[in-house]
Amino acid sequence: MTATLQRRAVDWGPAVVVFVLGIVLWQALVVAFDVKDFLLPKPTQIAQTFWDERSSLWHAGIYTFKEALGGFAIGSSLGILSALVFANFRWLGTAFMPFAVAANAIPIIAFAPIFNDWFGLLNPFSKMAIAAVLCFFPVLINTLRGLTSVDPRAIELMRSYAAGNVSIFRRVRIPASLPHMFAGLKIASVLSMIGAIVGEYFGGPTTALGVTILNASAYSNFTLAWAGIVLASAFGILFYGAVAAAERLATSWDPSHRDFQTE
Amino acid sequence: MNDRPAVAIQGLTKQFKAGVTALSGIDLEVQPREFVSLIGPSGCGKSTLLRIIGDLIEPSAGTVEVNGKTAHRARLDHDYGIVFQEAVLYDWRTVSKNIALPLELLRWSKEQRTTRVAELIGLVELEGFEDHHPWQLSGGMQQRVAIARALSFDPALLLMDEPFGALDEMTRERLNLELLRIWEASGSTIVFVTHSIPEAVFLSTRVVVMSARPGRVSAIVEVDLPYPRTARTREEPRFFELVTEVRERLAGSEVAV
Repeated sequence: MTATLQRRAVDWGPAVVVFVLGIVLWQALVVAFDVKDFLLPKPTQIAQTFWDERSSLWHAGIYTFKEALGGFAIGSSLGILSALVFANFRWLGTAFMPFAVAANAIPIIAFAPIFNDWFGLLNPFSKMAIAAVLCFFPVLINTLRGLTSVDPRAIELMRSYAAGNVSIFRRVRIPASLPHMFAGLKIASVLSMIGAIVGEYFGGPTTALGVTILNASAYSNFTLAWAGIVLASAFGILFYGAVAAAERLATSWDPSHRDFQTE
Repeated sequence: MNDRPAVAIQGLTKQFKAGVTALSGIDLEVQPREFVSLIGPSGCGKSTLLRIIGDLIEPSAGTVEVNGKTAHRARLDHDYGIVFQEAVLYDWRTVSKNIALPLELLRWSKEQRTTRVAELIGLVELEGFEDHHPWQLSGGMQQRVAIARALSFDPALLLMDEPFGALDEMTRERLNLELLRIWEASGSTIVFVTHSIPEAVFLSTRVVVMSARPGRVSAIVEVDLPYPRTARTREEPRFFELVTEVRERLAGSEVAV
């Protein structure tokens, strides 16, 4: 147990040191060169504002995170379902996947104003929709790759046991695709926060985090804008971390996690 | 019932789409309880032949019967187990659950599966590794899991495609002895593809020598070494004579083509 804690400390120690040094350096440079607030506020000021505005910021953060989470859930579910359909009906995949790959390469966020028009500026669903579209393609592409890049002999072996298609999916293709699927979900977790925040930049209720950041910077309340950005970053990192933790649980058998001693 | 051949192949031909003739005019019978090795140069279609027996590939012409049924029917009836050169274990399953997979598909109850897996773990001597994941095992141990899995549902026929080809010489010789012990204990018929002449002679009741492009049966060598065969068998003069005979047949088949 203490050995685990020690190893954790050794693994994370350098990153923590860099983080603290970075904050200290930021503060020192802003003070030393007398940088104006609108360019870059001091970390201590941001922390102060964060504390003073904690209640409204927290509610804004939760509001926006719910949009991100909703979009993530819708987009990822549809992505996984489509991947299953395309993996089962290869001709459909052949017909549609070139477009999915192309769609994944275009800046989908550019559609955000259109989605606001479609679903209503103040309707959280307009932000969920943009987050969902952003999540859909990486999840689809990665999951499909996982479902179809299974060792052919693993499939042959199942056929030798007279296993049917459903059984092959359940016992081989789906478990084998999990590491790929989670790679897509991790990308999607980040994109969903971006989608929700940027969607709000194009208009939304004042209770939303993106609108808070936008208004604060428009009215020269730069420390509040930065406090909002810090909160958005925290939600993004925590969401990514939660998906990564779920991955560890679901794919603990994956040899690529072999950073622990077993014997 | 038991006088039916385990495998009966007549006039078998396999052409791939590219126009390559992998196998041509194969006639072969394997009797129950036999251990038959298929040996030949790379590209002689011996792995293809094994997959056709297992109904994993369709022949272009000719008939294949397993236990008196079509190969297709035999596959659906779980009449054979197969082992490849790589163990092809499922990473997300432990050793026990890999071995139990065919039994799950056959809808055995959990108690039946547990009992059977314990027997098989004993048979392939993997006690203590039941809950390990495949990547925690050496190559030789992984292959023993694959063999246990193929034997789990007690198939009458075992198809093996160079199962020890990726292992070092010492592990290979040890597993050869184990395989003979398992074969004698289980009473199954084995069709075994290999590149190694000594391995084929050491294990088999008969060695089928194949030639390449197109793959044909060019000779069949009866191995009259007595069972049980031991490490000593490899030192007997008769063993060397048979190895030489197979080698000459192989060389002859290559010159002829």
